[in-house]
Amino acid sequence: MSINRRKFMKLTGLTAIGLAVGTTPKICSGISSRPQGLQGSETGKRLAMVIDLRKCVGVGECDDCIKACHFSHNVPDFGNPKDEIKWIWKESFEHAFHEQEHAYLDESLKHAPALVLCNHCDNPPCVRVCPTQATWKREKDGIVMMDWHRCIGCRYCIVACPYGSRSFNWRDPRPFIKEINPDFPTRTRGVVEKCTFCEERLARDLQPACVDACKEKAMFFGDLEDPGSEIRKLLSENFSIRRKPGLGTQPEVYYIV
Amino acid sequence: MYDAGKIIIGLIIFFVLITFPIWYNMASGEALDVPELEKAAKGEQCVRDTDYMTTNHMDLLNEWRDQVVRDGERYETGPDGVTYERSLSKTCLDCHVNKDKFCDRCHNYAAVDPYCWDCHIDSKELQ
Repeated sequence: MSINRRKFMKLTGLTAIGLAVGTTPKICSGISSRPQGLQGSETGKRLAMVIDLRKCVGVGECDDCIKACHFSHNVPDFGNPKDEIKWIWKESFEHAFHEQEHAYLDESLKHAPALVLCNHCDNPPCVRVCPTQATWKREKDGIVMMDWHRCIGCRYCIVACPYGSRSFNWRDPRPFIKEINPDFPTRTRGVVEKCTFCEERLARDLQPACVDACKEKAMFFGDLEDPGSEIRKLLSENFSIRRKPGLGTQPEVYYIV
Repeated sequence: MYDAGKIIIGLIIFFVLITFPIWYNMASGEALDVPELEKAAKGEQCVRDTDYMTTNHMDLLNEWRDQVVRDGERYETGPDGVTYERSLSKTCLDCHVNKDKFCDRCHNYAAVDPYCWDCHIDSKELQ
């Protein structure tokens, strides 16, 4: 069978058209109300948090959010920093945002505590390294979830997370939980844990425990895909920063400073 | 066979020893005492029929675990139209109020050691 130049060109052209048509719907289905470069979820929902650090200034030792979170999720307190388990905690501004830090920074900001937690990244490195899919990004709302049944304690995710948001249970945590909340499971030795954006509370139409507990109303939670949501409004009206944006993880916890 | 008597006696002693757990349990009658499980304190019907639950409750619980954790599907409506939460500590223990007289009693008899309660909490045990 021989093929002449004319026929060859025709076939090549048709193939190119076919490929173009085949991929178009895929590209179009990714369009959402979010700016370009960010993934839209299948259900058009992307949960995120906004923390107004200005409201955390001058409140002293307030740690209502931390207490509420750690109580409702049975987070143990081993009393030593080596074994420490934390879901949400305070970090100094210069540690949390070292890319933004400089010698002449506003003193009040410099010493203000920044609340840090799992950023529920759009492009989570912890998910990529998990060998058992014990941690995964939920399709319907973008929450980076943990399945403690599946975690084998390899700690790859701890290494991969650039925010230190994950803690490992080196010891049996149960005896170290001050007050057990029977509505939430504890963990066992050899399991990694972190914030889940209170997925169990969201299922009951409640806000995350930290947002609920904050007396200063410094924390906001909502859907980034909804252009009318409170957090979208806050983000469009205020200057906000994220932790280590240069790494490309697309963190979804925003800070108003 | 040289030393047939010694070898045969040795073999008999060996078999008696190795089968000790079997005949001891038969003789003492312990193994024949199938543990009596406490009836559910409330609720007329379980989420599945009793036969299925007796043999397959562990599969159902694994299924529930995956549905709740992986897919976020927390509720299920049974054939009788009742909706219940897929929850070990809430739904199961709500009717089977005594974990030690229901779960533990049979698990001890069957010599199985499931790790459900390493994490999940029986709120009655806390008190």
